[in-house]
Amino acid sequence: MIRGIIQSLWEVGSKLWEPKYTANYPEVKPELPARYRARIILSRDPDGAERCVACNLCAVACPVDCIDVVKAEAEDGRWYPETFRINFARCIFCGYCEEACPTAAIQLIPDFELADYARSSLIYDKDDLLIAGEGKVPGYRYWDVAGKALAGQAPREGQSAAVDLKGLAP
Amino acid sequence: MSDTPKLRIDGREVTFRPGVDLLTACIEAGVMVPHFCWHGALGSVGACRLCAVTVTENGRDRIEMSCMTPATDGMEIKLRDPESEDFRARVIEWLMVNHPHDCAVCEAGGACHLQDMTVATGHHARRARFPKRTHRNQDLGPLLTHEMNRCIACYRCTRFYRGYAGGRDLDVFGAHDNVYFGRAEDGVLESPFAGNLAEVCPTGVFNDKGWSKGYARPWDMMHSPSVCNGCSVGCNLTISERHGRIRRVENRYHGAINGFFLCDRGRFGPLWVESDARLATPLIRGAEVTPNAALAAAREVIAQGAIGIASPRASLEANYALRRLVGAERFFAGVPDAEAAQDAAIVAALASHPIASLKDIETADAALVLGEDLTGHAPRAALALRQTTRAAERALAAEKGVPHWLDNAVRVAGEGRRAAVTLVTPLADALDGVAARALRRDADAVAAFGRAVAAALRGEAAQDDARAVAAELAAAEAPVVIAGAGLGVAGTVEAAAEVVAALPKARLALFPAEANSLGLALMGVAGGLEAAAQARGARPVIALETDLEGTPLAAAQVVALEALATATTAGAQVALPVASFAEAAGTFVNHEGRAQRAFAARPDGPPAAWRVLSALGGLWDADARVDDVLARLAEDLPVLAGAAEAAPGSGTKPCAARAPRRYSGRTADDLAGRVPEGMPPVDPDGGLSWSMEGAQGAAVDPARSSGPAEDGLHSPSAACLAQAYVGGPLKGGDPGVRVIRPGMELARTPDAPAHPAEGLRVIPLHDPFAAHPSDRAGAPLAERAGRPVMRLHPEDAAALGLSEGALATVAGARLPVVCDAGLPRGHVGLPAALSRRVPARIDAAHITPEDVQ
Ligand code: SF4
Ligand code: SF4
Ligand code: SF4
Ligand code: SF4
Ligand code: FES
Repeated sequence: MIRGIIQSLWEVGSKLWEPKYTANYPEVKPELPARYRARIILSRDPDGAERCVACNLCAVACPVDCIDVVKAEAEDGRWYPETFRINFARCIFCGYCEEACPTAAIQLIPDFELADYARSSLIYDKDDLLIAGEGKVPGYRYWDVAGKALAGQAPREGQSAAVDLKGLAP
Repeated sequence: MSDTPKLRIDGREVTFRPGVDLLTACIEAGVMVPHFCWHGALGSVGACRLCAVTVTENGRDRIEMSCMTPATDGMEIKLRDPESEDFRARVIEWLMVNHPHDCAVCEAGGACHLQDMTVATGHHARRARFPKRTHRNQDLGPLLTHEMNRCIACYRCTRFYRGYAGGRDLDVFGAHDNVYFGRAEDGVLESPFAGNLAEVCPTGVFNDKGWSKGYARPWDMMHSPSVCNGCSVGCNLTISERHGRIRRVENRYHGAINGFFLCDRGRFGPLWVESDARLATPLIRGAEVTPNAALAAAREVIAQGAIGIASPRASLEANYALRRLVGAERFFAGVPDAEAAQDAAIVAALASHPIASLKDIETADAALVLGEDLTGHAPRAALALRQTTRAAERALAAEKGVPHWLDNAVRVAGEGRRAAVTLVTPLADALDGVAARALRRDADAVAAFGRAVAAALRGEAAQDDARAVAAELAAAEAPVVIAGAGLGVAGTVEAAAEVVAALPKARLALFPAEANSLGLALMGVAGGLEAAAQARGARPVIALETDLEGTPLAAAQVVALEALATATTAGAQVALPVASFAEAAGTFVNHEGRAQRAFAARPDGPPAAWRVLSALGGLWDADARVDDVLARLAEDLPVLAGAAEAAPGSGTKPCAARAPRRYSGRTADDLAGRVPEGMPPVDPDGGLSWSMEGAQGAAVDPARSSGPAEDGLHSPSAACLAQAYVGGPLKGGDPGVRVIRPGMELARTPDAPAHPAEGLRVIPLHDPFAAHPSDRAGAPLAERAGRPVMRLHPEDAAALGLSEGALATVAGARLPVVCDAGLPRGHVGLPAALSRRVPARIDAAHITPEDVQ
């Protein structure tokens, strides 16, 4: 029995000399990789326009169904979300929405500090989600590759000039 | 050779109907061969090459297009053969060479046949390294979008629009890989069936514009089975809702009625439910009050006994509740006496002759139309009759050995022969171009012509053209005779019945004015509006979904139950908002006497009219359901007992799920942990849930099903899988119950009033896009509807001192005058809805020119 007590004291006491793991959070913030999946944002095109086209693919990919997007259409035919809502009280930060998004609009960023006292404060609307920049995917613009032209948009790379139906050439 | 031919698909032996193509044989055996251009109603053309299968003959394999190959006994085919699988994958790949990368901004995404087929072949990465073709899009009017880059050149659109629906203004242009499907120039698509392109097109070239404006993905909407309220045909609809807003209407296949197609009035009309023309709150003399105050006031008004004005557009349940509340003796139809009498005559005629459904019309080989403007009055029936006109062509092609499914070949081999379809109408008709004979008769001479045909059939003397028509009908295998309330004259219905009585093989189709005209007639009314005005004395009136403005009851004290804000609700003592046809479960009896159930398509609409009436008169308990109303109805009026069987009762387990399995966004609003906030609403009347819980797809009976849902197939192109055979009834039987049966006991027939003999004969002008004021309340149809006018023969107009474009007032309505030499002299054409409110003849002195400043 004595042997047991001494062994325990030894094992606990030996930890005194081991390096400390305790993070001094929140005084010291952890450094997280850019791919870390936490708070969700909506990014913008290189030209500053909203990237999201309200396709609802993120909403359908979401396993807890916490995304709700309502489509609206601008004068030039561009689709955009009239409302975009994520309920972070439900979100499990799986990142499926980001994977599903064809426009790189929705992105998970390493900011994980979302806790709040009221559940209602965890419902984020478009104003809370939309950021000013391109986020993790610089340079990509969905409308350049979509193949559906916006009004007044010149043919993009990969598209021919509009077909002349009256031409007789083979 | 055995009796039922058999073939082997991937080693499995299946039977097939003799004479079909291989693709149809496979689909009917439950094997979905990938395809684009083949369509259940349009046949085969072999344009897309996707339906390739491997046919094994004498031990050797070869690839064939299954839609272009007749199925023969003993055939052996393989779908899961690496060679034909690869072939199909290549077809998809080259179709995708020019297809944009825009499912994300395509309305069809999620219910797209091209998407389904592409996903199924596993094509996900583009190998082609050259630019995609770019087309210019067109503005096709308020109903449809146009995004030509998505086209895969299957020709379904032109085959439907030109070949099936007889439209002229959509065509294919260009050459080789630049073919273009559109109009010669931008402009509104003219056909009243154009909306079907949204479903016919297997891609997203044509989409429903109204839906696009209030868009939700197909998997994100609650889909409810419903029945169109736009006319007496009773086409089956699927109405889709999200977040309390009705967003889209689609065709719901019914083998005997609408088949694969709707008319635009049915597809876009129900959207008026979301317009601000609704009666939103209870009113007392135009001032907003609380529901309880309104109910109390209404009880007070009717305390001394009221008369009830029923509606031929309201459900059986609503009308029956009104009948119980006021008593059978004080129960009147909200239509003129003449129309009420005619509806009763229609019931009597249908009860003693074989009835033609739309399917019977479509498959007939001769037809006689007495006075009906079908395209305006019962549009889907006009589309059916267009197929009748091709019967002679089909017969000749069959004689030459051309299979019926090779549609283009049938057209060529048919040498343009026209079936013996005769139209007898006062005005030029939209079907004139396809009818073998278009006869113009004055409104009052139409019935006489019908009787002459009947006389000729009985071997009596008759004029030449009647004898010719009689001879054609007598020679036909399956003739149909069509009449109805469209012309608003008495006698056509009886004349049509007389012709059918003289023709042993004939069937009778009669189209009353409204979606539930026959239901109301079966219930039996004490008369129409004039009779009601006489019987009223000083009693107040309960008006159910009827605008009394301009009727003899306009001066009465009114309790109005309405979904739409009208002149009557504005002036009524009490106006109570009730559910529209799309917001409550209700049963409607269509032109063939088929009782069909529509279910609520929105969980949060106003209360059903029968619930309000029940609350007014204490008719049923507060928790009563539609089943209780129908049970009581069956006791009271055994003729309508069948109405209860139109769909399974509300207690049916498992209930059918309105929401698809992948309905998204359910928890975007809830505050986790507080479950009751997320509880879906409960539908007391449906046997359908407002969630994804319950049976889905093929597990649901046809009456509660909102379309097939097969794994991997989400688009309207999958409709065939739910059919017993392609184009046939649904598996499990077409929904609805015929309540008009031969020899049934008939309700009392209201007296028909004597027609004034003098004055201008009123001819109703039907507008396919606007039959009821509600059609003009919804944005898409309002834009499409023609402007209401008064038509006069130029000489009649001159005699009245009117010229083209002048304004004239008749029966309280101000209308611009159109001089039309095609109108017979002594007639005046009025918008159909107005024509039902005026006598059959109006004194020229009642048409007053208005000075225009
Ligand atoms: S965030 Fe992306 S996936 Fe979600 S709706 Fe917008 S574009 Fe579509
Ligand atoms: S037509 Fe179909 S495949 Fe093409 S973009 Fe639309 S949804 Fe996608
Ligand atoms: S527009 Fe649609 S229906 Fe017409 S050919 Fe193209 S893909 Fe087919
Ligand atoms: S034909 Fe009549 S019932 Fe059918 S969709 Fe058109 S309006 Fe509705
Ligand atoms: S379906 Fe057979 S070729 Fe298109």
